[in-house]
Amino acid sequence: MVDKQYLLNSKQMASFVARGFLRFDELVPQSVNDAVMAEIDKGSIASAAAGTPLSQCYPAPSAIGHLIRMPEIQGIIQSLVGPDPLFDHQAIHVRQPNEGQAQGMHGDSIIDTRMHFDIQLMYFPHDVPLAMGGTLLVPGSQYRRINEMDIARYQNLLGQIPMVCKAGSVLVLHHGIWHCGRQNQTDQRRYMFKVRLNPRVRQLRLWNTDDLTADQKQHKAIFTRDTNAVEDIQTILGKGEPWFEDGAGRLEIVNRIKLWRFLTGDQNFDVHYWLTRLENMPENLALAA
Amino acid sequence: MAKLRQKVLVLYLANSALDSRVKGWSIYDGTGKAHYTTGDSDTPPYSTGLAALLDGWRVIQFPQLNPPYPGMEYTTSFQMYEFIFEQLEEIDG
Repeated sequence: MVDKQYLLNSKQMASFVARGFLRFDELVPQSVNDAVMAEIDKGSIASAAAGTPLSQCYPAPSAIGHLIRMPEIQGIIQSLVGPDPLFDHQAIHVRQPNEGQAQGMHGDSIIDTRMHFDIQLMYFPHDVPLAMGGTLLVPGSQYRRINEMDIARYQNLLGQIPMVCKAGSVLVLHHGIWHCGRQNQTDQRRYMFKVRLNPRVRQLRLWNTDDLTADQKQHKAIFTRDTNAVEDIQTILGKGEPWFEDGAGRLEIVNRIKLWRFLTGDQNFDVHYWLTRLENMPENLALAA
Repeated sequence: MAKLRQKVLVLYLANSALDSRVKGWSIYDGTGKAHYTTGDSDTPPYSTGLAALLDGWRVIQFPQLNPPYPGMEYTTSFQMYEFIFEQLEEIDG
């Protein structure tokens, strides 16, 4: 088990539930980035079999193994999918220089209706300027039920994020997030290492919940200017994404509420009263005056 | 005789009204003069569907409004308000 100081806090978890990703810029030291690039060049990053406990993957000496075993990385992993999750698969994604085409927008694997979720850890071993592309992700898309490349006709959505970053940055994605590899318009190859992990324990309060206080359940007034004045769990879970449609955007808040209930075990949690209103179906009879 | 080629603009709008805000967009250019791909722009070509009409695009498809399938009332999936436009452009030769 990793030391508590490396676990995510509740606001970070709420942000993951709302937006489907967390990014950690320049988390990995340059010495490790260099060592990983050397392993990529040698083609020596061996893949374990799907379903292998992560602790049995990448035995030393391994730069990727060293990275995975960093307490900061272990803390992220443990907070989201628990200790020693299962290795699903890995990929070293390469975007060739001066490509004329980006990858089509997609969700990985196949349509996945679980409340339980896998994570995909993406690691960028070298600087990625905008001209080099970067992985493009669509925040908040993780609950949309689509199957893989069904969404390839979506070229641009408001609020999309190109992963422009320095070497050693890490992106952690919910398995359902829409993403693609943007085209690389430089003369250099772009690399990104990805590993998918499956939980082996119920995803219930796995992070540092010291800050999960009762006031995070307090409803905020909707349609008021002060609603977003303070960034707390209510605000994080209630804030829409620029690409959300008017109506479906409200349903996305409901999707977040459901996952937050699942992760905290609090079946009464709500944001802006969206679910409490629907759950109000009184059966008691009014007494006659 | 002039040769015509089709340019296609797809706008994803905030709701079923053609004059609602653009949330997403895709462009395919049958003249071959321009090439568009995923993640190539952060700025929509028009602010609303109506703005595209005012600029000469013709709507060729409105999204159907279908009631949610029973049991799927709270499920989100594809962009719901996909409007398709075209322009015909004369090319040389």
